[in-house]
Amino acid sequence: MAEHVEGAAEAAHSPMAQFEIHKLIPIDVGGIDISYTNSALFMTFAVILTAILFWTATRHRTMVPGRLQATAELLYEFVAGMVKDNTGQEGMRYFPFVFTLFLFILFGNVIGLFPYAFTFTSHIVVTAAMAVFIFVAVTFIGFWRHGLHFFSLFVPPGAPLGIAIILVPLEMFSYLIRPLSLSLRLFANMLAGHVLLKVLAGFIITLGLVFGVIPFLAVFAVTLLEIMVALIQAYVFALLTCIYLNDAIHLH
Amino acid sequence: MPQFDPSSYTSQLFWLAVTFVALYWVVARIAVPRIGEVLEQRARVIQDDLDRAMHLKAETDAAIAAYDKAMAEARSQAYEHMKTMQAEMKAVADKRTADVTADVGRQITEAEGRINAAKQQALDSIKSVAAETARDVVAKLAGLSPDGGAVDAAVAAALKDAR
Repeated sequence: MAEHVEGAAEAAHSPMAQFEIHKLIPIDVGGIDISYTNSALFMTFAVILTAILFWTATRHRTMVPGRLQATAELLYEFVAGMVKDNTGQEGMRYFPFVFTLFLFILFGNVIGLFPYAFTFTSHIVVTAAMAVFIFVAVTFIGFWRHGLHFFSLFVPPGAPLGIAIILVPLEMFSYLIRPLSLSLRLFANMLAGHVLLKVLAGFIITLGLVFGVIPFLAVFAVTLLEIMVALIQAYVFALLTCIYLNDAIHLH
Repeated sequence: MPQFDPSSYTSQLFWLAVTFVALYWVVARIAVPRIGEVLEQRARVIQDDLDRAMHLKAETDAAIAAYDKAMAEARSQAYEHMKTMQAEMKAVADKRTADVTADVGRQITEAEGRINAAKQQALDSIKSVAAETARDVVAKLAGLSPDGGAVDAAVAAALKDAR
């Protein structure tokens, strides 16, 4: 027991401590652990905040939007424009999914930047689950729409046979690697940003009141950078989803 | 690294699915229809306004065209009117000029007649005066009383020479 407490105390100072999962409400269903954790809590926060934002923003639905309604419309039109530009009119049926994905990651990233908050997008299992779901869904949509003709996605148009023999395995590899690159990008960005912030913040304490100013300014700058990264990564994730959807809908 | 501890995976995946589906419901059932409706309504209002503006513009254009047409018609009418008036006035002026010319010609002819008559009268009176003078001169100088006929013939011959 003492060893456990010591380990926990040591872990609290580690830059990795912020990623630890704590069970808030232990739940066990048939031997499977589905405990409500701090990760689940912040997922819930993201959903509730998004729901409150859109609920209140769209309550009155005025012709000339107020501040909140304009924000909701801005987010809507931003993602709708992205889906439409990248997948065309046919892709718009997947717009609610892409919009949900964008908002979920966006709120997860941004809420995670608050001190003492947990960033659920910094866990590979979460980003991988989303990426694999997208990969499977996109592949399914591709076969559903085009049948076996979907395999022509791997043959670059206009390539001579000799080159095509080399290119097809490459194209297939780049297709199959998609869930990995998609999930790693978000996970690594979030992980690295939060570790960097934690390490720099640790320097403030170590260097004391005078020299601590330097890492303090660095933390300030990195925080601004991380806000940008939080927004950009949500955008990139949604954008890549759109591009993958476009491949499945239009093949090239 | 806590990320690579598989013991937390099932709970993370479970709650990810639950929260994601909940958010999908919120987005698909509330956010998207509501915002879509508001944007559509706004687009419709803007389109209506644009249509009305186009309609009004067409009406204005028609009015301008009608005005231009009426203006051109009035101009050509006025031109025609001016041309006929000019022709009428020219005819009147020509007639007056002809009348006056004829009148003046007649007066000139009359005057010439009068002048010739007066001239003839004057010549005749010269002849008689000359004959009388010649008779008197002959009577005074020669004491003769010449025959009237001879004097007249002589005067006429002299006048003829003088001419």
